[in-house]
Amino acid sequence: MPSTDELKQRIEAAIPGARADVTDLTGGGDHFRATVTAAEFAGLSRIEQHRRVYAVFGAEIGGPIHALSLVTKVQA
Amino acid sequence: MSDTSNPIRDAINEAIAEHEVILFMKGTPEAPRCGFSARTVAALDALGATFAAVDILPDPRIRQELSAISNWPTIPQLFVRGELVGGCDIVTELYESGELAQTLGVEAPAADAAEAEPAPMQIENRLA
Repeated sequence: MPSTDELKQRIEAAIPGARADVTDLTGGGDHFRATVTAAEFAGLSRIEQHRRVYAVFGAEIGGPIHALSLVTKVQA
Repeated sequence: MSDTSNPIRDAINEAIAEHEVILFMKGTPEAPRCGFSARTVAALDALGATFAAVDILPDPRIRQELSAISNWPTIPQLFVRGELVGGCDIVTELYESGELAQTLGVEAPAADAAEAEPAPMQIENRLA
């Protein structure tokens, strides 16, 4: 079962310079919410920014990670 | 590549092309089966938007093919004029910022424009 720390570390490792804050929405270890701030989001649409984060987890989204709710921000 | 016919993918592509606003969701607009789908429907309803809806639950292949087409892993997925707008998070963000009305081409606070919603579409019914 993934933990908020694990998700945070994986996002930050995969997206250089990113900062991720991850919360477990239900306490059940499968519905998460992540706020991700990264410089490389500049110039990307929201869709592309979210795809970038979803790509970190591939097929785990919808599987062990039932839901990953995202807010992405461009690092100023 | 050997292209085996893929009627589900074709039906999804057709549905996206034929409907200006189409939501792929879990359940129906009247009875959503997931909180994220429910929130997305609520945002569209709040703007009085008319949209087609497809319930992806009856056949797991619908979700599989949809995600392959859209390169988007989660449900719901809202398409406007053939383009993926986003899932629950983005639709909610756009709703809150007022951009969703623009994207949908509706008046911002559509007060009493609650029109009869089209019946949910069944991808399976479109398969020959």
